[in-house]
Amino acid sequence: MTSRRITYALRPFALPAVLLALFEWYARRAAAAGSDALAPPSAALNAWVGAALDGSLWQATGFTLGTAALGLAIGAGLGTVLGIALGLSRRAAQMGFLTIEALRPVPSVALIPLAMLMFGFGVRMELAIVAFATFWPLLLLVQAAVQQVEPRLLEVGRVLGLSARDRAWKIVLPAIVPRLFVALRLGVAVALVVAVTVEIAANPNGMGYAMMIAQQSLDPALMLAWLGWIGVVGYAINVAMLRLQRAVARRMGVPA
Amino acid sequence: MKARLASWTGSLAVLAGLVALWWVASNAGWVSRVFLPTPEATIASLGEGLNLHGAGHGELLDFTRATVMRMLQGWLLASLFGVLLGAAIGVSPAVRSWVQPTLEFIRPLPASALLPLAISIFGLNPGMVLFVVAFGAMWPVLLATVHGFATVEPRLSEVARCLQMPRAAFVCKIGLPNAMPDILAGMRLSMTISLIVAVVGEMIASQSGLGQAILLAARAFRANDLFAGIVLLGLIGFASNALLGLAERRLLRWQQP
Repeated sequence: MTSRRITYALRPFALPAVLLALFEWYARRAAAAGSDALAPPSAALNAWVGAALDGSLWQATGFTLGTAALGLAIGAGLGTVLGIALGLSRRAAQMGFLTIEALRPVPSVALIPLAMLMFGFGVRMELAIVAFATFWPLLLLVQAAVQQVEPRLLEVGRVLGLSARDRAWKIVLPAIVPRLFVALRLGVAVALVVAVTVEIAANPNGMGYAMMIAQQSLDPALMLAWLGWIGVVGYAINVAMLRLQRAVARRMGVPA
Repeated sequence: MKARLASWTGSLAVLAGLVALWWVASNAGWVSRVFLPTPEATIASLGEGLNLHGAGHGELLDFTRATVMRMLQGWLLASLFGVLLGAAIGVSPAVRSWVQPTLEFIRPLPASALLPLAISIFGLNPGMVLFVVAFGAMWPVLLATVHGFATVEPRLSEVARCLQMPRAAFVCKIGLPNAMPDILAGMRLSMTISLIVAVVGEMIASQSGLGQAILLAARAFRANDLFAGIVLLGLIGFASNALLGLAERRLLRWQQP
């Protein structure tokens, strides 16, 4: 019985362990043959510890996460406000339809060169692109959420003579909170991916750039350390957001 | 009918208003022309690049073709392998419980983060970019297929067992049709990812295409060429999404009551 429970608990780790072991074996053989393109995972772990000790790890991680969070705050804030407006007024939604459909399909990475021209390298260009990328999903999901708010609640608001601002603040916003957090979870994932992508493609800061530099200076161990670290950070944040979203849904009495 | 017409004209008016604002802002010099070209300049740049007029040295058509081909090839590979692997994993609950946690771990990893690794393994060549595009775009399809197989109605699986259906028949006759809506939604997401990763790959690995073109335009401060490239990328995104939406509606018609 207990051995069965142990196998059950270990099951998620079996495949990664096998893959890592294979990779370790293959990379060691490649390194023995004189390749400097790959490094075994054990060397990557060493490189990770080194980066953690000299502080470069935390600095770059902080930059990426901070920029992603701030960009998400801007994009999600604007997206939510506009989403509520378009959700409440059918007329506004119809008027904005073409503009939204024309701008939304522009891939966020296409704006990297433009942001480079406008802001130069640094925090602001990354913020702008993360905000652009998170704005659209938040806008559409919030709009859909507002359109599904119980119409009787809105009627009550109208009967009570609430102003448009009060209606949005006191009735709509509380009613869409569970869906808002689902949208935010998606936004967080998008923000992280876009932030790392911008750093890899252009911005000389953060985790993506650190990985790019490690590759260019032929330090495969450090590059793999960054790749693994980006994976771990992304996974942890996604799990945390899922928990948060479920907790909010439970608190609001909605089945998650 | 009249109401629909009104809503379309209103919609068009807002879009036209924005373009007009762009025209005024760039022509009156509210925003520096270094990064906001006039709409006329952008259109002229598009026309020249696509060889609609001018000397015929425009390369935008070739760049667009290169990017679209990269995106489509990557997407097709991603869809193929995503469905195959997804079906292989999804068909057996035992395999699913062993493999799924690893998949969930890899899913949030940005596809572009694999570019440095792929560069150091394969070097800077078109095959490398294609590999990363396909790999990055595979996850939505793969996870959607696994999910589609996991949610097969238990009674259908029981029927299949009673009929002693071979596994291949179960996959083709019950599993895949059941997973179809999930797979199509995953393929749509994977098309978006394909375009993004293709553009990033062109930027980093300097493969000819729109990604490289807009990066070079920005470095040379040719804002009108940059905008022309962004417009084309937006059109590619719009067209691919619209076509897939149409295909989805057609393919899933049998599901609607």
